[in-house]
Amino acid sequence: MRITQGTFSFLPDLTDAEVRAQVEYCLGRGWAIAVEYTDDPHPRNSFWEMFGAPMFDLRDAAGAMDEVQRCRAAFPDRYVKVNAFDATRGIESLRLSFIVQRPKAEPGFALLREEGAGRCIRYTTRAYTADKPEGERY
Amino acid sequence: MSASEQSPLDLDTLYRDSGVGETLEGLERELVGLAPVKTRVREIAALLLVERLRRTVGLEAAPPSLHMCFTGNPGTGKTTVALRMAALLSKLGYLRKGHLVAVTRDDLVGQYIGHTAPKTKEVLKRAMGGVLFIDEAYYLYRPENERDYGQEAIEILLQAMENHRDDLVVILAGYKDRMERFFESNPGLASRIAHHIDFPDYSDDELLAIARLMLERMQYRLSDDATRALREYVRLRRQQPHFANARSIRNALDRARLRQARRLFEGRGGQITREALMTIEADEIRSSRIFAQRNSA
Repeated sequence: MRITQGTFSFLPDLTDAEVRAQVEYCLGRGWAIAVEYTDDPHPRNSFWEMFGAPMFDLRDAAGAMDEVQRCRAAFPDRYVKVNAFDATRGIESLRLSFIVQRPKAEPGFALLREEGAGRCIRYTTRAYTADKPEGERY
Repeated sequence: MSASEQSPLDLDTLYRDSGVGETLEGLERELVGLAPVKTRVREIAALLLVERLRRTVGLEAAPPSLHMCFTGNPGTGKTTVALRMAALLSKLGYLRKGHLVAVTRDDLVGQYIGHTAPKTKEVLKRAMGGVLFIDEAYYLYRPENERDYGQEAIEILLQAMENHRDDLVVILAGYKDRMERFFESNPGLASRIAHHIDFPDYSDDELLAIARLMLERMQYRLSDDATRALREYVRLRRQQPHFANARSIRNALDRARLRQARRLFEGRGGQITREALMTIEADEIRSSRIFAQRNSA
């Protein structure tokens, strides 16, 4: 199951040239670029691992693309995303976030049902890979 | 020879469209002297223009390496030329952004093990698409301390100069003799720098012309007496230690402005004209410490 989340979740995966163009757009807006990775892509997991510090004061996408490549090389089988942070006072949050790498095989999520009192059913999702310890999931 | 090899190409249009002419003229107009520097800048501009024209007809060559080394005494215009160079290279399409990131040893070299690499890489990332200007680059290498982290910074720099040739231009700057010694102990660095540009000291006349340009930009002017005083000042200041060419002149003018303001302030009560606000008198220059020293000696 292809996991989608973030800004371009409705599109097929971006090519490197497209990623670069997006980064270029973000830098043009004065946003800081950060690269993050994880092997726990549950939609509610907002704490991915940071790959290096966020890059403030960049002028050109080359530096950020370099970091994306290094992250891909270091974690070839994890999810990698690019975040763009807007530090403007009053906003101070992410403006853009999209996945730039995914593992080759994505088993997806199981839907779990929990019977509660009075025939009530609670639903939750759990990644099939989540049984394995961190670092061995994909 | 086929017909296509004979057909004329329009270098002139390319030159005009690129806007390089303006930058070169600005360089000529706003920078006094520096003939060898200007020649080299013009050569580089010509090379890149011709390279662009060659590409339009399918002649391929690897982009030239444009890492440079600026040597010269303080105040000879190294940083200014580096700024112009960045603008020029972006107009010629060699750099994508054309900004200048000026750093010194402190910005590249870390304080403890494992600090240097991320620090240097961050600076490199910031400089991508533009020019990385490393002032007094020889401080990166400290032979007296073999555990100095400077060597690590140099190695990362070398790697970036090689792998990111289309992303960034590195300009090293500093005194000529110390730079030469630096290159002797770092042959890898020397061989990757194609352009060594030496900035000559300014002559007295050139310094006066620079003073005139600076004043014009600040909307001041010298009275005739003050011009004579400044000429004398330049001659005397040159013999003093820590003479920093154009920078010394700028400082002298800043002090003259200070004294002019004091004179106007102390003489308040009368009418002050626009003329008076603009004019620096001989007294303001002659009350400099340098004239005093000569009189007492």
